[in-house]
Amino acid sequence: MADALVWLVALPLAGALATLLLPRAATAVALATGLATGTAAAALLYGVATQGPLHYAIGGWTAGLGIALRADGLSALLVTMTALVVLAASVYSSAYFGDGSQRARFWPLWMLLWTALNALLLSGDLFNLYVTLELLGLSAVALAALGTTTAAVQAALRYLLVGLLGSMLFLAGVSLIYTGYGTLDMATLAAVVEPGPVVWPALALMTAGLLLKTALFPLHFWLPPAHASAPAPVSAVLSALVVKAAFYLVLRLWVDVFADAVTAAAAALLGVLGAAAVLWGSWRALRAARLKLLAAYSTVAQLGYLFMFFPLLHALPPGPARDLAVGGLVILALTHGFAKAGLFLAIGVIQQRSGHDTIGELDGTAQRLPATTFAIALAGVALIGLPPSGAFLGKWQLLAASFATGQWWWIVVTAIGSLLAAAYTFRVLGRAFGHRPYPNQPVTVAREEWPALLLGAAAAVLLGLAGAPVWKLLEASA
Amino acid sequence: MNLDTWLPALVVASSLLPGLVIFFLRESSHRLRTVLNLGGAGLKLLLVGLMIWGVFHQHVYETRWTLAPGLDLVLHADTLSVLFVTLSTVLWLVTTIYAVGYLEKSPHRSRFFGFFSLCVSATVGLALAGNLFTFVIFYELLTLATYPLVAHRGTPEALRGARIYLTYTLAGGALLLIGTVWLHVIGGPAPFVEGGILSRLPVEYHPQLKVIFVLLLVGLGVKAALVPLHGWLPQAMVAPAPVSALLHAVAVVKAGAFGIVRVVYDVYGVQFADQLGLLTALGVAASITIVYGSVKALSEDNLKKRLAYSTVSQVSYIALGTAILGPVGTIGGIVHLVHQGIMKITLFFSAGNYAETLGIHRISEMNGVGRRMPATTLAFSVAALGMIGVPPVAGFVSKWYLGLGAVEAGMAAWVMPVLLASSALNAAYFLPVLYRAWFRTAGAAWPAEHITAARFETAGALMWPPVVTATLALAAGLFAAAPYSPLEWAELIARREYGL
Repeated sequence: MADALVWLVALPLAGALATLLLPRAATAVALATGLATGTAAAALLYGVATQGPLHYAIGGWTAGLGIALRADGLSALLVTMTALVVLAASVYSSAYFGDGSQRARFWPLWMLLWTALNALLLSGDLFNLYVTLELLGLSAVALAALGTTTAAVQAALRYLLVGLLGSMLFLAGVSLIYTGYGTLDMATLAAVVEPGPVVWPALALMTAGLLLKTALFPLHFWLPPAHASAPAPVSAVLSALVVKAAFYLVLRLWVDVFADAVTAAAAALLGVLGAAAVLWGSWRALRAARLKLLAAYSTVAQLGYLFMFFPLLHALPPGPARDLAVGGLVILALTHGFAKAGLFLAIGVIQQRSGHDTIGELDGTAQRLPATTFAIALAGVALIGLPPSGAFLGKWQLLAASFATGQWWWIVVTAIGSLLAAAYTFRVLGRAFGHRPYPNQPVTVAREEWPALLLGAAAAVLLGLAGAPVWKLLEASA
Repeated sequence: MNLDTWLPALVVASSLLPGLVIFFLRESSHRLRTVLNLGGAGLKLLLVGLMIWGVFHQHVYETRWTLAPGLDLVLHADTLSVLFVTLSTVLWLVTTIYAVGYLEKSPHRSRFFGFFSLCVSATVGLALAGNLFTFVIFYELLTLATYPLVAHRGTPEALRGARIYLTYTLAGGALLLIGTVWLHVIGGPAPFVEGGILSRLPVEYHPQLKVIFVLLLVGLGVKAALVPLHGWLPQAMVAPAPVSALLHAVAVVKAGAFGIVRVVYDVYGVQFADQLGLLTALGVAASITIVYGSVKALSEDNLKKRLAYSTVSQVSYIALGTAILGPVGTIGGIVHLVHQGIMKITLFFSAGNYAETLGIHRISEMNGVGRRMPATTLAFSVAALGMIGVPPVAGFVSKWYLGLGAVEAGMAAWVMPVLLASSALNAAYFLPVLYRAWFRTAGAAWPAEHITAARFETAGALMWPPVVTATLALAAGLFAAAPYSPLEWAELIARREYGL
């Protein structure tokens, strides 16, 4: 099963090269390698579930010299989510880009992005993480720049600069660690790290870089324009996966590798920024005039919830209560991934069919595109955190941990944020339900409508009803 | 496959699966849609019949599914859930027939019946919920499933009504969720157990338990339309008549009232709730609501709005019965859960018939309608008299037990005046309607007569449902002492609740 680790990086990389060399058959090649990568992800998930954490030293070189890949429950779950989201978005992309000239540029970058995501999630070494982070940032910027408008290019340029700054900060932190401890292997570091003047500045620099990349309030300024002007499938992956990859690293560093060095005040700071992100992001989403902008601000808000877990995890002693909270955090992140990807794909359908995504002019959408409207509703249910979505279980754990630690203020923020999410979701749905004298259409599910519908259903139903294995898998931590 | 562990899930699935299929049907496949609707309803009725028999013979039906460590989705059939499930199932069947007739040729029927089925599935799931966590899940699902039904027509008024409905219910749902999580953190899972479970918690938790009770009560009170949380109900009247009927009789309003009954009896335990002084708070809220709703109903000329305010008032009888300590009051509250349902659905069916057949929306337009539509008006009259509490209609039985219970509990001093005042007000807002309908002569023409060439006074699918439910309301009063009557079943619930 450990071979799956290599395949997960090698297959999309091979796909990237193949689609570059065979532009005519790019779509078919990409979908075929995508399916193969998806199979490898399933194998990895199965392997971690049955055998516990896996690792693989490329070329047989031991840690410190060679490239080590490793997977525990957390990375296996995120790799699987990545595979499912990218696959769904790939199917949609095959219809979205048609035969245009964009298609030839799209597929190699798309597969490269997937390579970077998998490599990042499976890396066991801080320097490799830097490399994958850089690769991820560059391929993401190139994809965002595929948008044809001037605004898209401007947003992509800003995205590039922010990404580079973030990577530089991260690298600076990494070099401090190397100076102090002489190793960058995360498992080794976790055993030797202790609070003090070496770790704190290093962790602060790395975190600052990652927060910039994951767009935590107030460092979110670059995200809405970049995500709102990219092509729909790209927006889906940027919002669902790319920002989450940076978040995954923050989680790894704070809860895993440097857990002993984290202070209560620092954890509280992340929580406060997260709360501010929830309130500000939800508010801006409510005021947004366009669907894509709404979805982008909603991402800012949803990432905020994830950061609100940090002070709670710090306050909870290791034990069942803390494990429950970690599971809640992960299932919230997974649900958001599926829901946001589904939402962006559905918005893409509306944008292509109606020629716009202005919320004020959506009347009659429920009649013309019932399946897509339903996909938006499913994604909305997950973003609000209503049952039976996975986010409901996540928010339940957030509330429970807040009560258990006496930090009741997060409850207030969660309640307000969720009600704002309901307001922005139903602002759209209310519009869509508006009656227009269109002919009555049966529920048609066109090929391009399926991916959004399935992603929405995964977030709003599947993760909520069949989410229990998430907690089980997280027990298999490295 | 073991039926004992699957029956509750099957009862929910018998409307959920047809509903999901209906979404994908073409608008024109009228027959298949109707077959699915009625087939699901019929199958559910069969399964529920089996469940009634089993529960009566102390059989345990339970479906359990783990959603997260320590959080189980539990569907469990006990006496109280069976009562509510039966009510929902029977009235769903009748309402489906009515809705098929009502929505003849109107647009988006697949969407409508899809959500209609989801709505009933949520109600049944909520009735069968075996713990507070499961209850919350279905409570929120019910909100989601009813929103598209209220917004169905897509007119600005419909969308506005739906938005107000959603604002109230989601805010209430958030409070309910917070209260539930809090209870979970201090007391562990809250399974519904007759007699409650919280009395075993140490005394230092009592202040927290009081705050939690208020959170739960406010969360449930929004749907149960307790004053001042009732503002959405008159607004939601823009929904099509079958939706209003279902909303007022079984689904939304009743879900709130049922939740209050569950929390008081099966989470806190009625004795423990009384010990904490919570019953008094509930009783006061219920009494205010009963009187306020009736007063507001007096001045409404719009028939559906008058009925809506009447619902505000009548549903709180259930809360009032819950607040009265002692088995007799319990019986009165619980039996009203059923009685109010069958009477109110009759009234809404009739109001829908007037609107659909003759274009009558206002009470001032009802002069002489009894001669034009005798069957509908007769059904309306039976239900209205029942609401006032005239024997032998079902409503009389409820009020009798409530009054008797209050005397036994020593609460007669304030419960009796509330009951009397409300009955007088009921009479004051229903009798003039009946007088107009039967004794005034009709004007030259009806506001907008649609159905003229029917065999009966209106389409058969519209006329029979109110006649059937009015007969049920009469039978529930006349044969109150018969085995398996709502009253007998309520007595069974009270016996098990108080351990008699």
